[in-house]
Amino acid sequence: MTDLYTVTDMHLSLADMVNKPLFGSAPRIDILHGLSFSIKRGEVLGIVGGSGSGKSTLGRVLVRLLEPSRGQVLFDGQDITHLNEDALRPLRRRFQMIFQDPMSSLNPRRTVGSIIAAPLKLHGFDRISVRVDQALDHVGLPRSFRTRYPHELSGGQRQRVGIARAIAMEPEFILADEIVSGLDVSSQAQVLKLLADLVADLGLTLAFISHDLSVIRRLCGTVMVLYQGRIVEHRASDALFAAPEAAYTRELLGAIPLPDPDQPWGAQAG
Amino acid sequence: MSAFLSIRNLSLVLKGGPRLLRSVSLDVEAGEVRGLVGESGAGKSMIGKAVLGILPRSVEVVEGEIWLDEVDLLKLRPSERRRKIGATAALIPQDPLTALNPSRRVGPQVTDRLVDILGWKRADAQARALELLAEVHIPDPARVMRSYPHELSGGMRQRVLIASAFAAEPKLIVADEPTTALDVTVQKQILHLIARMQARHGTALLFVTHDLGVVSKVCGSLAVLYGGLVVEQSPVRDFFRQPAHAYSRALLAATPKYTDPMAGLNPVPEAVITAVQAEVAQADASWRNGGWRHD
Ligand SMILES: Nc1ncnc2c1ncn2[C@@H]1O[C@H](COP(=O)(O)OP(=O)(O)OP(=O)(O)O)[C@@H](O)[C@H]1O
Ligand SMILES: Nc1ncnc2c1ncn2[C@@H]1O[C@H](COP(=O)(O)OP(=O)(O)OP(=O)(O)O)[C@@H](O)[C@H]1O
Ligand SMILES: [Mg+2]
Ligand SMILES: [Mg+2]
Repeated sequence: MTDLYTVTDMHLSLADMVNKPLFGSAPRIDILHGLSFSIKRGEVLGIVGGSGSGKSTLGRVLVRLLEPSRGQVLFDGQDITHLNEDALRPLRRRFQMIFQDPMSSLNPRRTVGSIIAAPLKLHGFDRISVRVDQALDHVGLPRSFRTRYPHELSGGQRQRVGIARAIAMEPEFILADEIVSGLDVSSQAQVLKLLADLVADLGLTLAFISHDLSVIRRLCGTVMVLYQGRIVEHRASDALFAAPEAAYTRELLGAIPLPDPDQPWGAQAG
Repeated sequence: MSAFLSIRNLSLVLKGGPRLLRSVSLDVEAGEVRGLVGESGAGKSMIGKAVLGILPRSVEVVEGEIWLDEVDLLKLRPSERRRKIGATAALIPQDPLTALNPSRRVGPQVTDRLVDILGWKRADAQARALELLAEVHIPDPARVMRSYPHELSGGMRQRVLIASAFAAEPKLIVADEPTTALDVTVQKQILHLIARMQARHGTALLFVTHDLGVVSKVCGSLAVLYGGLVVEQSPVRDFFRQPAHAYSRALLAATPKYTDPMAGLNPVPEAVITAVQAEVAQADASWRNGGWRHD
């Protein structure tokens, strides 16, 4: 299998607006500290880590909403590290992002149909109406939902609209950032199953950000563990779950409450 | 001896619409932790809101009793009810960001209840709040009291809400998904904290969540809700060993476990949903035949 992404010694810093002096530019704070990894075509990569570890920031670099401050990011062999917006435009269709909070990422005043159609129009697709219907079919929503508004949908249904909007673009890569955290277990299972099917049917490559290792275990072939902007472990799921190497991975695993009243879930200084 | 909180045959309707809760009966014994699970929209929060007297205006109680500490809240005048609830029960809300007023300092938000409802002196309330913030392991409580909510992390804000829930020594706390917004390591700390506070203060807890993992760690017993109907009530151990209802079994099958790569990609099957919806319809039919409008 070939690499879809090759990331080498990637650093990312952001302007620290909290400590910006009244005059002059804000100091930079380093968020990601030299990450190197690759994502193969067809791979389902889980990205885990505690709050603030840099998961979303890494995701935003992959879909080039953020520009690395050092290092290199190759997408399908092309160096996208510092491409400007004009040069990125033709690539944008090929990597899509689905956000955590479907309510705030879907325009409340537009119907489901026009939400899915908008990026298609922007990228000059033909047969837009047909594509919208197909996208709804793919995510298991009735075509009649085209005329509904986001507030008329359940959380799980909204999340499907977000997925439909992304896959309508026929991307090669999808980044999903905490997309099932707010859902009840049944809706969560539906969305996960849908993603697994889409990956298999459409040959997608998926990076799935979550802090729930149980979900990652079920969905992802490889897992990357981030801690304070660094990769502390990155291996095949089976190997990582059989014998976690990093102390932080073990801490994360130990914090998950398994649905079993007899699992010891040791006390911890709070 | 009746339970500390005893909800009997509670039915709520959306004004002019369908029932949201369908003759719910649910007890929470003194000092007990009772879980309340079910899918989104099942009515979990509505039960909590009914107990705390904070139902939305569009929702109406059409039947039932809510006994809190030997008093039926629904028989009290609104002012008496507010006083009774304020003195007896408190809420740990789901979302620490919206639950705290962003434009007020944290301190008065913790002490308000003590001063307004229990008539404490400001200074005493202040001292009590400092004590409680220390009890939930907030470093430098005095500084936190002077902070605005946005100056605290999510985990810190959630601790503040826990502290203020325990402030007036309530005998009952409704915790409505108190950890869904947190990452697993912080969640673990917070749940241990709630458990410790609960044990130390002997508080009864109604714990709303859709995370069965959390239920298995925190609760002694649980109720499973579907479409406003309680379909199962069991001690936690029985529920996880031998769930009584097909819907409960389906919820367990939908829950992933990192220890089992094959577990939990199974949405609740259509057949199970059809069956439980038939139960809901059946409950509505016999309810109408029961002539609930007799008063
Ligand atoms: N615009 C910004 N300016 C300054 N710092 C930022 C900015 N965005 C994020 N950060 C910081 O970067 C770090 C990583 O943030 P990021 O959102 O990537 O974390 P995360 O792993 O996605 O966390 P969560 O699980 O809470 O979503 C955090 O310390 C955060 O405070
Ligand atoms: N303010 C409101 N006015 C009218 N209906 C409401 C209101 N709030 C909730 N509902 C409806 O009442 C029902 C029960 O809602 P409730 O908030 O109790 O669900 P829940 O079980 O807590 O779900 P979740 O897990 O999503 O929090 C739902 O069908 C919901 O759409
Ligand atoms: Mg994030
Ligand atoms: Mg709720």
